[in-house]
Amino acid sequence: MTLLYFAWVRQKIGKHEENLALPAGVATVADLVAYLKRLGPGYAEAFADESRIRVAVNQRHGKFDAAVAADDEVAFFPPVTGG
Amino acid sequence: MKTKIKIQPEDFSIDAEVAALTAEGDPGAVASFTGHVRREGDLAALTLEHYPHMTEGEIARIAEEAASRWPLSGVTVIHRIGQLAPGARIVLVAVAATHRQAAFQACEFLMDYLKTHAPFWKEEKRGTERHWVEAHAGDDRAAERWHK
Repeated sequence: MTLLYFAWVRQKIGKHEENLALPAGVATVADLVAYLKRLGPGYAEAFADESRIRVAVNQRHGKFDAAVAADDEVAFFPPVTGG
Repeated sequence: MKTKIKIQPEDFSIDAEVAALTAEGDPGAVASFTGHVRREGDLAALTLEHYPHMTEGEIARIAEEAASRWPLSGVTVIHRIGQLAPGARIVLVAVAATHRQAAFQACEFLMDYLKTHAPFWKEEKRGTERHWVEAHAGDDRAAERWHK
């Protein structure tokens, strides 16, 4: 899967994009967040307050209970502030 | 309905965009909204980041939703990205319709949804400090009222 990070999520994790083989036991966005949190301090900090994280799966806004699959593009970012 | 969506660093001309919206058909009304970077005390610049591809898709969905609610002949959305100085134009939403009520309402609907759904993020530079702008709960409430 392709993971994308924007704004301060990108800065805390220290990268904009990465490819990840779907980890065993990961079926939803929530599972993926739990997995990513254990990858390092930057990830743990980025996902520390999940209420401040929004997600898009394949470029559509989604929720943490949304399913994720091996070829999905999953993006994590703060609430949007355009306009 | 004609839809034009542009995400660009460059500035835009409101006159040219309104002229393009009224060049065909018989729109009796065009309503437009332009957002600017506020001139606030020590604000030096605003930098806008976005999620390429998703941004265009999300705005297109919002425009389709607007067209399903009001009889529109054209929608133009231009959103700038990159670094912008205080006073600079950030966003243009322009809507053409037969009558003013549809144009006004659709323009407001588009802005409310753009603010809460289009994947843009603003970073402020004040002096040498940079920080990300927080989302406003008021923007969510503004978008939610259209569900009623």
